[in-house]
Amino acid sequence: MLTMTPKEISERSSLRINPCKTCQPVGAMYAALGVHNCMPHSHGSQGCASYHRTFLSRHFKEPAMASTSSFTEGASVFGGGSNLRTGVKNVFDIYNPDIIAIHTTCLSETIGDDLTAFIQDMDIPEGKYVVHTNTPSYVGSHINGFYNMMSGFINYMAESTGKSNGKTAIFPGFVNPGDIRELKRILKLMKVPFTMFPDQSGIMDAPMTGNYSMYPKGGTTIPEIVGLGDCEKVLALGELTSEEPANILERKCKVPYSLMQLPIGIEATDKFVMELSQITNEEIPYELEEERGQLVDIILDAHFYFHDKKVAIFGDPDTVLGLTRLVLEMGMIPKYVLTGTPGEAFVKLANNLFEQYGVSDCIAKASGDLFELHQWIKNEKVDLLLGTSYGKQIAKAEDIPFVRAGFPILDRYAHSYSPILGYKGALRMVELIAGALMDKQDRDASDEEFEIVM
Amino acid sequence: MNVRNIVLDKYSAKVYKNRKEHIMELTEETKNQPIAANSRTIPGIITNRGCCYAGCKGVVLGPLKDVLVLTHGPIGCGFYSWGTRRNKAKTEDGRNFIEYCFSTDLQEPDIVFGGEKKLRQAIKEAIDIFKPKCIMICSTCPVGLIGDDIHAVAAETEKLYGITCMAFSCEGYKGVSQSGGHHIANNTLMKKIIGVNDTPPKNKYSVNILGEYNIGGDGWEVERILKRIGYNVISVFTGDGSFEAIQNSHMANLNLVQCHRSINYIAEMMKTKYGVDWIKVNFVGIKSTIQSLRDMATYFGDKELAERTEEVIDDELANIAEEKEYYYSKLKGKTAALFVGGSRSHHYQLLLSDFGVSTVLAGYEFAHRDDYEGREVIPTIKEDADSKNIEHLNVEKDEKKYHAYLTDEQYQQLKSKIPLEDYTGMIRHMENGSIVVDDLNQFETDEFLKLLKPDIFFSGIKDKYSLQKSGVLSRQLHSYDYSGPYSGFRGSINFARDITMGLYTPAWRFVTPPWKNRSTLKASLAGGEE
Ligand code: SF4
Ligand code: SF4
Repeated sequence: MLTMTPKEISERSSLRINPCKTCQPVGAMYAALGVHNCMPHSHGSQGCASYHRTFLSRHFKEPAMASTSSFTEGASVFGGGSNLRTGVKNVFDIYNPDIIAIHTTCLSETIGDDLTAFIQDMDIPEGKYVVHTNTPSYVGSHINGFYNMMSGFINYMAESTGKSNGKTAIFPGFVNPGDIRELKRILKLMKVPFTMFPDQSGIMDAPMTGNYSMYPKGGTTIPEIVGLGDCEKVLALGELTSEEPANILERKCKVPYSLMQLPIGIEATDKFVMELSQITNEEIPYELEEERGQLVDIILDAHFYFHDKKVAIFGDPDTVLGLTRLVLEMGMIPKYVLTGTPGEAFVKLANNLFEQYGVSDCIAKASGDLFELHQWIKNEKVDLLLGTSYGKQIAKAEDIPFVRAGFPILDRYAHSYSPILGYKGALRMVELIAGALMDKQDRDASDEEFEIVM
Repeated sequence: MNVRNIVLDKYSAKVYKNRKEHIMELTEETKNQPIAANSRTIPGIITNRGCCYAGCKGVVLGPLKDVLVLTHGPIGCGFYSWGTRRNKAKTEDGRNFIEYCFSTDLQEPDIVFGGEKKLRQAIKEAIDIFKPKCIMICSTCPVGLIGDDIHAVAAETEKLYGITCMAFSCEGYKGVSQSGGHHIANNTLMKKIIGVNDTPPKNKYSVNILGEYNIGGDGWEVERILKRIGYNVISVFTGDGSFEAIQNSHMANLNLVQCHRSINYIAEMMKTKYGVDWIKVNFVGIKSTIQSLRDMATYFGDKELAERTEEVIDDELANIAEEKEYYYSKLKGKTAALFVGGSRSHHYQLLLSDFGVSTVLAGYEFAHRDDYEGREVIPTIKEDADSKNIEHLNVEKDEKKYHAYLTDEQYQQLKSKIPLEDYTGMIRHMENGSIVVDDLNQFETDEFLKLLKPDIFFSGIKDKYSLQKSGVLSRQLHSYDYSGPYSGFRGSINFARDITMGLYTPAWRFVTPPWKNRSTLKASLAGGEE
């Protein structure tokens, strides 16, 4: 496996090998799927939409519906205006959504289609919405696409009536439905009235009923998105994912926001819970305190399996930062921390964490790729690899225990139903990590060293 | 009203007019009518089609294990085509490029100022690290628009580094589906690799397997059987394939075409240029495999080979007899719908019928009319603007390398017996009353599902889960749901096992919770029955 990867690291300025990111539109599509009765629409050639739907379906094991402008060469030369007009009309006719959320692809971006103008010219049925965002795939990554689509909804739909609706808006970041459910559970325990935006729970983890519905029960509703402008405040989770839309909402509707870490691990979840308690001035319920105590208990119980173990973590920026915090709390050393999404802020935040926990010789990199991560590991081995399915090649090549977290996970089931956020999510990660390390120990043990009790 | 019209009736006039040409309810009469295929998808329709790049890089070039395939464009296309098609490949020296994904990951300045510089540099870096013998450059949408000359860069690379380098202008928007990409890939393989190395084959029963991508190990299973009989497989296009083996492929005496759609161009061009005959084979399905093996034996016209063929068939059949009977008893009488790429919807119907499963609906994602109606319609297919954009290679006879296994007379004689340069298309194998749909979309899938109620729907990942949520078993026929191989004798048993376990999974019984039936229970109790 990956036997052609040399140990010597050479300078690369142009060749990307085994990427740790993908393009904007898939993020935009995921964000739009978190809106109730919404049809994501990919403005470009149908190949992009096909790839993006495939990846979402493979990660969630759920249908990911999206329409496309189906460009052929003609549209690429003369512009995609007429394709979009026909497309939108057909989508309303045939699939009858309440909103169509259009994102561009590198094709329509490169020819410079002006979507604002196209949409202004359209006949949109009464009571229906068409929103758009620009998602050039040669800028940023799928994370940018995700928050750009959120911004698109806010730009088009959020309104402020001048009267507060008493709710807190939660921007959960690029996370799984299981994480969103966990956030909602905590919000309910804390008695905070809220709007979750976007909200893929109920959609990308819809139940089996024997009846397929193109628009399942979940999702942020139209009134909720319009009402974002009347929220008291926004908690924007994920320092590198959620600021942009929060900022736009603040500028548009004067809703203030707190930019917070994605609540992965103990401290980040503590901060989130305390922020919530400030909103309602309510006591933090014993239930959460109990969960927290259980989490700390288990980490302390099992600390000798974690202590000073070196970990390589890769994936999306806020997820990676969160997991880095968690493993530091567990006493592990995040030796290599890598995201494919560009942005030096990631490196700064990671370095702050290294400093805060007094670990040295750790490397953080943004805009990296898995080929490089593998080369680092060849030069100094780690005890655990933490990241998306694409890590399994490295894990196999170097015989490293591997725990999956993040997007995409293509080779496991039910992962997206279970959280990595909150105390419960941290507990789950601790279990997975301990299990992986202990499995390896068992596998490598000689008969006389093989233990029933560990 | 027939099923076809019920579904079509829900469309607006414009969409109706277009889609009605793509949907057929088979009767003695309609069976001989043309079907619309290989034309544009209507904007806004939720189609399952991919793009030209997916056909070129994803399908045809991707499986080549000794080639460094570099995607020139933004990151997405390269990323999505990394390790996702299950083209199994083994190498002796461990140099397997399939495990890697290479891209120029173009950034905004490259789009504005041009990406050739970055491409050149990426090639240099790739050669420094991997020392490949062959590089293939595939371009994506924006590259075509900004006008990077990838062909010039490829030529330059060959001179500079003394390796083989090929460029494929397979921008996603070309043509109407993956189909254009297959054609582009075929053309360049023909121009640049086939015919380069003249090593004579080990014996005269030398063949290439065309249009076999070794998904789930299919190609290995076919090769195993052919080798048992005594064939010499020179190269496979392109599953577990290599550019090195393909260089030698023109030395074969016969080409076997498995997937007609993706590779019939190469078969035709090799016939013209090198005199290599081709027959349409199908190694999916028990009867089909037997037929294909016999056709091959007939082609070579050798008594010993024919006997050996029958021996192997008997032996392979004996090996699976018991399991075959068991699965037949589990599957007989079930119905199926199939919607896959460009040949599988046909091949798999034959495998299903081996187990007593009949097909009520079938269609292709990106086929042409000949894949439905048979090759004799090719001269009548009208080219539209979208297909004209795909280069058509005119090849000529290579006087030095041309070799024909059969005399003209033998050829004429055999033509009536085996599918020499012929493919009858899918429709001829389908029963009256069944439905054929080209470029089936999500709306039609939902509607036909309700009307036809098949027991199994074979398709791809994008519609799989919506089908299953409707309570119908769905299996992916592009990736086999990570199972396989499905070809040959053993493969057919794997396939039957997989659908049997899918149909008989106990959890199906629990789809409706017991309390949903409570009111009817009460009513019947009140009625005094039981
Ligand atoms: S990189 Fe561009 S062409 Fe490729 S899948 Fe993404 S949006 Fe489509
Ligand atoms: S069978 Fe279909 S999916 Fe496979 S290569 Fe042929 S056309 Fe493509």
